[in-house]
Amino acid sequence: MTLSAERLSYTYPLSRSQGAATEFSLEDVSISIAPRSLTGLLGPNGCGKTTLLKLLSGVLKPDLGSVRLGDREVRLLSRRVLAQQIAVVPQETHPAFDFTVMEMVLMGRHPHLGAFQLEGPGDLAIAREALIATGTLHLAGRSYMTLSGGEKQRVVIASALAQMPKVLLLDEPTASLDLGYQLEIASLLKQLNRQRGVTMVLATHDLNLAASLCDTLVLVREGRVLMQGPTKEVLTSASVRQLYGVIADVAFHERAGHLTVVPVSRQ
Amino acid sequence: MNEAVALKPAHAIAPIRTRLAVTVLGFGTLAVVTCLIAPLVGSTHISLARAFDRSIPFAENVDAQIFFVARLPRVLSGALVGAALAAAGVVFQALLRNPLATPFTLGVSAGASLGAMLVIIFGLTVSVGPFSAVPLASFAGAAVATAIVYWLATPYRKAMSTAVLLLAGVTLNSFFSALIMFVQYVADFAQAYRAARWLMGDLDVGTFQPIVAALPLVVIAFALFALLPSALNVLSLGPDAAATRGVDVVKAQRIAFFSASLATSAAVSLAGPIGFVGIVVPHLVRLMVGVDHRIVLPASALFGAAFLVACDLGARTVLAPVEIPVGVVTALIGGPFFLWLLVRRS
Repeated sequence: MTLSAERLSYTYPLSRSQGAATEFSLEDVSISIAPRSLTGLLGPNGCGKTTLLKLLSGVLKPDLGSVRLGDREVRLLSRRVLAQQIAVVPQETHPAFDFTVMEMVLMGRHPHLGAFQLEGPGDLAIAREALIATGTLHLAGRSYMTLSGGEKQRVVIASALAQMPKVLLLDEPTASLDLGYQLEIASLLKQLNRQRGVTMVLATHDLNLAASLCDTLVLVREGRVLMQGPTKEVLTSASVRQLYGVIADVAFHERAGHLTVVPVSRQ
Repeated sequence: MNEAVALKPAHAIAPIRTRLAVTVLGFGTLAVVTCLIAPLVGSTHISLARAFDRSIPFAENVDAQIFFVARLPRVLSGALVGAALAAAGVVFQALLRNPLATPFTLGVSAGASLGAMLVIIFGLTVSVGPFSAVPLASFAGAAVATAIVYWLATPYRKAMSTAVLLLAGVTLNSFFSALIMFVQYVADFAQAYRAARWLMGDLDVGTFQPIVAALPLVVIAFALFALLPSALNVLSLGPDAAATRGVDVVKAQRIAFFSASLATSAAVSLAGPIGFVGIVVPHLVRLMVGVDHRIVLPASALFGAAFLVACDLGARTVLAPVEIPVGVVTALIGGPFFLWLLVRRS
């Protein structure tokens, strides 16, 4: 199922009331996410990456334009139906109560359960499978709050997988993780994309992560799409300079097997 | 924290159905047993068997009269108020994503108290149907406070801001407290004493009538609570996380806010603002059964009933024949418990 945005515009209510602060808005954004693709969303802080993800997931409603999932418009779908198709992994998840890992993952079954329905053996099996896929089964009985950052993020990904979504939206999922965990999450995402065919959209500041994972890139600057296309074509010294105002070397790295970006200086 | 401490007991992984059944059965038994034992204890010793003995006519059965007429209304109002406040506490804590919230955090009880104070001090005696003046006025005061907080914290068709909810509630609490103090200051001694006594909380409602009046409100609130538990679980991850897991956040927040406010209003109008039940009970329950709201909510209601009935039993027996206000007992237990929670969290 293709997830697409057509001529989206969105301005946050706060900046709307204060006149026209354009920095918190998106203007005329059109993108198309192919099924089973792994798309990276790149851009400087405040460019609208998170806003775009929230519009794609239907958490925010666009002022203009529409988001479509297949042939259906996202804003017309109920939260429940939408959550059966699209799951979101935020940068960090802080539950207010001390849930166990299993309880966190089972919350992913929420959109599949009726109002008074308790999860049954089928749901437990799906949750178990999600724990296995993310390598967190041994943590099932642990308190989520006591986990390390990398473990937490894997559990949140497991919770999203338990939703059995067609599309997974990830907002800087590795931002607060150390190098080891970053690589671990990256290979996990790649594997889930390949094996389960989950379409993924990944907002990130890590150009090398994007280069290693994503087949398609969307570059966003000041609320507009600067460029979109295959990673090999879009990720160049010129585009990095245009996007971040940074002079960088972009070259294919033999041992890593993908493009790498080495920032040199600020323009 | 080391592995051993972080590991949850096996119950946390047992299927939800089993855990729910065991918990409801256990806490339900505790509540029923407490409600049956409490009326037996007091200055006159009575026997449960004799109280329920149908072969003796009620007019001659002193045990039955003491059990059903003198003591049962008080026990039942304790059970109703305890269940309502504990369940409302659970819902407010999830709604505000703050485990230290209480049913009184958002100013509902301050509004209720102001309403009651005005009636007590100006000696009004209006009554509508089964509702007499003080409960009626305190319910109206609670409704006003709820409406103000809701209006402040809810942008049109948007999710509630929990930060604004908390701030509005805290501000409203102080504002109403000031008004309460002013009203008490201008009152004469007898009225001020009655008012102060009301603020300490009192489950001695005398007859079944006030309980029957409050019961429908609590029943409506609990019927709405039944819609909430799994949404509360997901809401405690934050509104966006809840939305992307299929929760209609605006609707769930509104149901939670109004049902918990309704339960609190009904409880306070029946027995005055009895503090700490709404925080002590949910936390004790979580220590015993984990944090899943589908279990915590019914368990807290049942345990709340048992807890308040037991506190009231203590209040009327520990220093007998002197009675301690039940609000003093719950505060004496709850205050240190609350501090312990704070220390434990930090």
